[in-house]
Amino acid sequence: MTQPEGTQPKGGRERAQAQPEQTLPQRVRIVLAEVARRRRATRQELTEQTKVGDALIRGLIRAQLALALRLAIVVLIGLGSLPLLFVLAPGVASARIGGIPLPWLLLGVVAYPFLFGIGWVHTRMSERNEREFANLVGRPDRHE
Amino acid sequence: MSNLALPAIVLVTLVTVTIGVYGVRFARTTSDFLVASRVVSPTWNAAAIGGEYLSAASFLGVAGLVLANGVDMLWYPVGFAAGYLALLLFVAAPLRRSGAFTLPDFCEVRLGSRWLRRLATGFVVFIGWLYLVPQLQGAGLTLETITGAPSWVGAVVVGTVVTGNVALGGMRSITFVQAFQYWLKLTALAFPVVFLLMAWQGDGRPAITDGVGEEWLLPHTGGGAPEALFETYSLILATFLGTMGLPHVLVRFYTNPDGAAARRTTLVVLGLVGLFYLFPPLYGVLGRVYTPELAENDPDAVVLVLPGVVLGMGVLGQVLGALVAAGAFAAFLSTSSGLLTSVAGVLSTDVLARGSSSGTARDFRIASLIAGVVPMVLALQVAELEVSRVVGLAFAVAASSFCPLLVLGIWWRGLTDVGAAAGIIAGGGAAALAVLLTVLGLPLEGWVGVITGHPAAWTVPLAFGVMVVVSLATRHRLPPTVGKTMLRLHAPDSLHL
Repeated sequence: MTQPEGTQPKGGRERAQAQPEQTLPQRVRIVLAEVARRRRATRQELTEQTKVGDALIRGLIRAQLALALRLAIVVLIGLGSLPLLFVLAPGVASARIGGIPLPWLLLGVVAYPFLFGIGWVHTRMSERNEREFANLVGRPDRHE
Repeated sequence: MSNLALPAIVLVTLVTVTIGVYGVRFARTTSDFLVASRVVSPTWNAAAIGGEYLSAASFLGVAGLVLANGVDMLWYPVGFAAGYLALLLFVAAPLRRSGAFTLPDFCEVRLGSRWLRRLATGFVVFIGWLYLVPQLQGAGLTLETITGAPSWVGAVVVGTVVTGNVALGGMRSITFVQAFQYWLKLTALAFPVVFLLMAWQGDGRPAITDGVGEEWLLPHTGGGAPEALFETYSLILATFLGTMGLPHVLVRFYTNPDGAAARRTTLVVLGLVGLFYLFPPLYGVLGRVYTPELAENDPDAVVLVLPGVVLGMGVLGQVLGALVAAGAFAAFLSTSSGLLTSVAGVLSTDVLARGSSSGTARDFRIASLIAGVVPMVLALQVAELEVSRVVGLAFAVAASSFCPLLVLGIWWRGLTDVGAAAGIIAGGGAAALAVLLTVLGLPLEGWVGVITGHPAAWTVPLAFGVMVVVSLATRHRLPPTVGKTMLRLHAPDSLHL
């Protein structure tokens, strides 16, 4: 399950039920206790490991793992291929930029901002995954 | 050698002890004492992790390896930093949410197994001691280089100071000590190198003159021999995946308030550690220019010797020589403290407490003494290897035992206690055996020497493979709580599930 599918269609369905053809939204009576109860219900689905709750958390885990693996592959290609590249293409290994041999420049300097950049992207995107999951669980309209 | 170096070392040691004693006054309850009450801010925490992590291997060893062996050795610092990225991607937030304080704790939380916990404890102690021995030997080397004292003096001094400090101060004090140590270490390398580079510029940028030239500058000496390639990939695997399995790194994650904070802390650590590693290779390169003779007999001393050689014995050379010596001592003190704290931690909760109440502060003090004395004795008995090499071997053992345990435990529901144990014994055991053969200095030739000297490339896949296969075969042993545990590890902190 991907998060955008989880959040977007729900908003659409809600609108479709509440106001079929109108442009002005209808007044809806909100009873706070009801909202709280529904919210609790979604949380219960998670903590009691119902089918829905299980599917929800599996979806989050899969999204987070896919993110981590994708970024790991970027590192594998970006850094992990270098030893092989230096062997297969000796020209790359002996190239110089500003008088400094390319391998020294790549491994001595460029590697660190590269690693940090990947880490930064991961922090942002994994937090986004979690925010979307939290919104999904926190939505009062999930159980109708 | 600089006359100011000895006073500088004494000063660093005294400051470390003072901060340690000062920290004790804050430590009121046992839980304060052990986990610093989890009130440490992410920036302090990140600096503390960095301070604890940058050991003698980073401060002295990387420059020494570069001096001796050239560009291929840059994989050591790159891997030491990249380990934090692997930790961030696969482990940081879920591990914090698991509430595990040590690796044995994680075994119990995830797989509910007491005997697996024992096995993990054994590996924590092995890795901790394997990592401590070169720290103490590095301290011996430093004191020997500076004062001419026999090398056991430094090992005993650092061992005693650290054991006393850990036994009396606990972890709260260590957070402040470690954060201070990071900035000291960074300054102690970054500041002198500016002057060294200016002197090199002033000398008309002399090139490397001792005849190694091209061969040293290019990767894979020997024209891309398969052995060299195997060793490089083995090193990459060990360092990238080993960091997450180092006992003194994991303990720190418990001091983050939640999973998101653990992630942010790891990112800051990655930045701080990466910043630090820009500097040691410069010492190695300048060492090739000014002190090539060290490459043969004493490469690990290059950072200590270089300021005096390049800048002369004037005030500047003396002050900067004293600064690097102080930084080196900071490295031994902080890493040893961190390692000792975690080894003592598992000893006190899993061995001394004997299943009764979890470890008390008194158990922790006794455990600190045991944890400190053993590596001190080993440091005096075992032959000296290059500091970074031994540390690299410790990474290989961690990558072949705890990395698969953590990664599979966090992301795969199918892991069983028997599978985890089999993987740890097969992969970690094989790596540990290879390490012992290497450290004992057996003359192994050809490929046998290559695969025992750099075991990770075969022991890491072995550990993962065995863990998965045996888990699938023992599916009936899946812990019934696995769904609940997965929810706890991965549900966002904001839901408070």
